[in-house]
Amino acid sequence: MPGQNEQRECLMSFVEFEQVSLRYTEDGPKAIEGVTLHIEEGEFVAVVGPSGCGKSTLMKLVTGLKAPSEGYVYVNGRQVGGPLGIVGMAFQASNLLPWRTTLENVMLPLEIVEPYRSEFKRRRAEFEAHARALIARVGLAGFEDKYPWELSGGMQQRASICRALVHKPRLLMLDEPFGALDAFTREELWCMLRDLWQEQPFTVVLVTHDLREAVFLADTVYVMSKRPGRILLERQIDLPRPRDIDVTYSDAFSAHVHVLREAIGRVRES
Amino acid sequence: MQLSSRTLTRLAPWLLTLFVIVSWEAICRGFAIPSFLMPAPSQIVDTGIDMAAPIMQHATHTLLTTLAGFVVAVVFGALLGMLLGSSRLIYKAVYPMLVGFNSVPKVAFVPVLVVWFGIGTLPAILTAFLISFFPVVVNVATGLSTLEPELEDVLRSLGASRLDILRKVGLPRSMPFFFASLKVAITLAFVGSVMSETVASNVGVGYLMMSASSSMNMPLVFAGLVVIGIMGVVMYELFAQLERRITGWANRGQNSGM
Repeated sequence: MPGQNEQRECLMSFVEFEQVSLRYTEDGPKAIEGVTLHIEEGEFVAVVGPSGCGKSTLMKLVTGLKAPSEGYVYVNGRQVGGPLGIVGMAFQASNLLPWRTTLENVMLPLEIVEPYRSEFKRRRAEFEAHARALIARVGLAGFEDKYPWELSGGMQQRASICRALVHKPRLLMLDEPFGALDAFTREELWCMLRDLWQEQPFTVVLVTHDLREAVFLADTVYVMSKRPGRILLERQIDLPRPRDIDVTYSDAFSAHVHVLREAIGRVRES
Repeated sequence: MQLSSRTLTRLAPWLLTLFVIVSWEAICRGFAIPSFLMPAPSQIVDTGIDMAAPIMQHATHTLLTTLAGFVVAVVFGALLGMLLGSSRLIYKAVYPMLVGFNSVPKVAFVPVLVVWFGIGTLPAILTAFLISFFPVVVNVATGLSTLEPELEDVLRSLGASRLDILRKVGLPRSMPFFFASLKVAITLAFVGSVMSETVASNVGVGYLMMSASSSMNMPLVFAGLVVIGIMGVVMYELFAQLERRITGWANRGQNSGM
């Protein structure tokens, strides 16, 4: 899914990891080791692996919250040296602010990220319209002025993804965003995310435990090893798009899941 | 059935108060306890009505003294709490000293204040302040330092500064903690001001009680105690209402009192 991007800088991918390792403490164990991967602009990438394999560490590296101990991380042709602002994040817990309504929660990034921040007062009405449109887009119309505790878990997660997207990030990082939801709600939200991404492509990195989720949504799935996390397998998911939820019952789909499942099985045994 | 249990809950504090007063009266009369040892509620009320003007005058003074100390404590406590809550280093450095200071009985500190500032209102205000700022500091610091790490990641990845995080998340989030501490602090402030008035002042309910007890006028002493108690309850309830109004989001659903 090539984006209509304006600059093609020296043939570099949108996100590049080169032999990246990270230790959280000076001489502690490595959380990830020798990770090399390339993510193209507009690509949908999923990272799967056993618990504690350093998947969340990848998120911290890409967003500039942590600097690598060894190796280099490039995003958008530049070495990551700190928070970027072109990134949106959502986690397993929706982390909505309980004193703000859905709309106010979704608009939070606009109060922080430039260029929205300095224009927030002047263009408030315009931003609010944009946020309301996005909220309606994920199926939360009518809940804009409700508080988080008045929403179900699935609805909170929809709002959380709105918040991650409202400042039009070029890169969306998702850390098990559907992990705490029931199976039906989860599939609904897969479709919601699929539609959002298909309408207006942005780059997605989805960290998940759920292999079906990874295969259904992603272009490329990476399997990571136990700590220290390394990339063991990179698998292109060539299922045609747009994908319907029915595709999850096809043989091709099962074959992909099966290969990933075996790779993970080997990791867990080793 | 449902309704009556709710009515009962609402009436319970009044019923208990009434019960205590009636039993007190009955015991004092039944055992013929002399009023210079333990006055009956009726005697306290009589004295309170007789002495209404001076009691009100002293009580007003005590209330103003307490509020002055309380306001200083809230401002100082909130600022110090913010400082402690936003920096782990400052927290570690300041906390032991703060706990040590809070453990010193403030009544032992009043003579020092008297030497510095003389007898009167100023030591009372300062004692009220010293005794009541601690819970404000601890609560504000706790509210700020228990921020969810994921939420902090979200904001920091957007490029939010520490000040942004404090303004957008930290402070609103610590509001319930802050208001809970106000309720504790206002009652402590009364303790502080009355204590100081008792030891070193010539005005205020504390002074009134002190001089009444030296002339064995126990009903007046008790009238003073009752007035302080009532002021404490009223102020507490005021801040509880304020808390419910402003941070209702924090205890939705449950009709939680504290």
